[in-house]
Amino acid sequence: MEKRVVFDGKILPYALLMPQLLITIIFFYWPAAQAVWQSFLIQDAFGLSTEFVWLENYAVLFANPDYYRSMLTTLVFSTLVTVFSLSLSLLLAVQADKQIKGASGYKTFLMWPYAVAPAIAGVLWLFMFQPSLGLVAQAIRALGFDWNPQLNANHAMALVVMAATWKQISYNFLFFLAGLQSIPKSVIEAAAIDGARPVRRFWTVIFPLLSPTTFFLLVVNIVYVFFDTFGIIDSVTGGGPAQGTTTLVYKVFSDGRLGGDLGGSAAQSVVLMVLVIGLTAIQFRYIERKVQY
Amino acid sequence: MFNRRFVLAATAAAMMAATPAAAQVEIQWWHAMTGVNNDVVNKLAQDFNATQTEYRVVPVYKGSYPDTMNAGIAAFRAGNAPHILQVFEVGTATMMAARGAIKPVFQLMAEANEPFDPKAYLPAVAGYYSTSRGEMLSFPFNSSSAVMWYNKDAFRRAGLNPDVPPKTWPEVFEAAKKLRAAGFDKCGFSSAWITWLNLEQFSLWHNVPLASRANGIDGFDTELRFNSALHVRHLQNLIELQRDNTFSYSGRTNTGEGRFTSGECPIFLTSSGFYGNVKANAKFDWANAPMPYYPDAAGAPQNSTLGGASLWVMGGKPAAEYRGVAKFFAFLSQTDRQARLHTDSGYLPITLAAYEQVKASGFYRENPYLETPILQLNNKPPTENSRGLRLGNMVQMRDVWAEEIEAALAGQKSAQAALDAAVSRGNTMLRQFERTVSR
Repeated sequence: MEKRVVFDGKILPYALLMPQLLITIIFFYWPAAQAVWQSFLIQDAFGLSTEFVWLENYAVLFANPDYYRSMLTTLVFSTLVTVFSLSLSLLLAVQADKQIKGASGYKTFLMWPYAVAPAIAGVLWLFMFQPSLGLVAQAIRALGFDWNPQLNANHAMALVVMAATWKQISYNFLFFLAGLQSIPKSVIEAAAIDGARPVRRFWTVIFPLLSPTTFFLLVVNIVYVFFDTFGIIDSVTGGGPAQGTTTLVYKVFSDGRLGGDLGGSAAQSVVLMVLVIGLTAIQFRYIERKVQY
Repeated sequence: MFNRRFVLAATAAAMMAATPAAAQVEIQWWHAMTGVNNDVVNKLAQDFNATQTEYRVVPVYKGSYPDTMNAGIAAFRAGNAPHILQVFEVGTATMMAARGAIKPVFQLMAEANEPFDPKAYLPAVAGYYSTSRGEMLSFPFNSSSAVMWYNKDAFRRAGLNPDVPPKTWPEVFEAAKKLRAAGFDKCGFSSAWITWLNLEQFSLWHNVPLASRANGIDGFDTELRFNSALHVRHLQNLIELQRDNTFSYSGRTNTGEGRFTSGECPIFLTSSGFYGNVKANAKFDWANAPMPYYPDAAGAPQNSTLGGASLWVMGGKPAAEYRGVAKFFAFLSQTDRQARLHTDSGYLPITLAAYEQVKASGFYRENPYLETPILQLNNKPPTENSRGLRLGNMVQMRDVWAEEIEAALAGQKSAQAALDAAVSRGNTMLRQFERTVSR
């Protein structure tokens, strides 16, 4: 007699999926749908009067030159942070992967910044670079360079890029290190026997084999710069000077929470959501093809 | 079986024990006071709770002023607003416009038969929180004004007379140049709250409109006016003086105040509420003086305006709880209490009686610096331009104005272009505010 376990009925599989589905719906789809709905409304801060205005919030948004400026700022900021944090952490990971004394201590120290909350990271950097209080800032000014992030947008941008990069390096470092350690030694040894020098071995063997990790980190880093850097910007520059560091996500906050313009702010977050979804889709469609698993 | 019975019994006992406390009506008070002033708030609640048994005021710290205001708004939307919400002065228009969300204080006091006389308050204070019909909508709590702080030791070093502070802007510029030459080469003078000092207070002090319709007090259909020749001239002066650090920018809020107490900036314009900090941290001989003015501006100096916060009562609560709030406000209004609030916290005395009492006690002879802001507020009877200001979206609008001033100071725009842009961007925000509240 055949003995087989058969789950008949359609309820059980759904029941088993339910917890995950519920979490996804409650914490992801529902708020996203709310944002879309809110973006069609004009409402006062207290929610006492509501007017349905179709796409007016979007029309106002795209007619606003500040919004395009903020897009440009975000582009500059995200490119700088992604490039710096990926390349620096790759460099650090390659160095940490070597046989060196105190390797584990070195690794532990590199992971620490990840445990620091973005706002705190921002404040730490602010203390070092604040023109009249910061130790580093005083040193820079003593050298005759007029360091002034309160008025010079480039200085302010440099400051938030440093803080955001520093914060993300640990995360990238961990993944790169794990990626490096999973590359079979035999492949590298074979290349060495063929006469390839370390630099060449890195670019022709290690880097391509690391590409799944790099790709994953690229996606994660872009999402990080778009959303998670808010705390750093808020504590370091408050979006200033003269909107020099107002990224898209900071503008959502400033218009919605400080300005009480929930409709306009919701429209911005919908645009931001579409942008990030689009960006991620492009990455998977085109860049992933070049990734060697 | 035993277990269940035991649990039931324990629950019943716990409920009985909790009953006396539950009979007390709890009044939630959300505020933004830190440090010494947080202690003042807690002490007030404790004292009130000790005077009677019916109500219990529970103060809760909710973060910075904008955080507290947003927390209150979010709680209202979620249907569990606190009874009392401390809102800073720039949030006044937003709260006033939210008629359905608040309980006007004059109404609250009348319904509870508690004594309440708007005339008991300093006119500048009462006017700030009242409708044009003179109905007080919120309860003034902590008020300050802007003054000029200066470092007397630095003045001596630069050969300036420390007992005769500069009165006018040209005198401030001259003094700052001398101070710069005497070694204060990073900062001759500076200002915290760049827009509050150099646009808002500046307009009222010079009796020029910041905005039409009495700076917004007479209606939400107000338009900004601070791109006048006088405003442009002032910003132009700041731009020129910062080239050699005679003026140095200190940011949008008060985070730059440390530059005064550390001795870096010998002249610093900021809130009179800076008093406690200066007293505790400045290791030099200091003083304060009224804000400077341009002597050729007709009518200057006029009178200054308020900073600080008031207490708003949120709507939709049962009458019994409102009676408790009214009792608490009556308790806060007592002259002795107001006088002590003033001398403890360094904020202004907001009732005339409290001011007279403190004055009679001789307190100002030892602490003349606490009287400067009051003399400034009462300098002249307020005009249409100087009754106060009431603009919607003010929290974010200040940021927008500051952005334009920063652009001008960084050399990206001329003074005129920056103020024109600040006015036009601000007007867009005012129109949007008008639209959301006018229905």
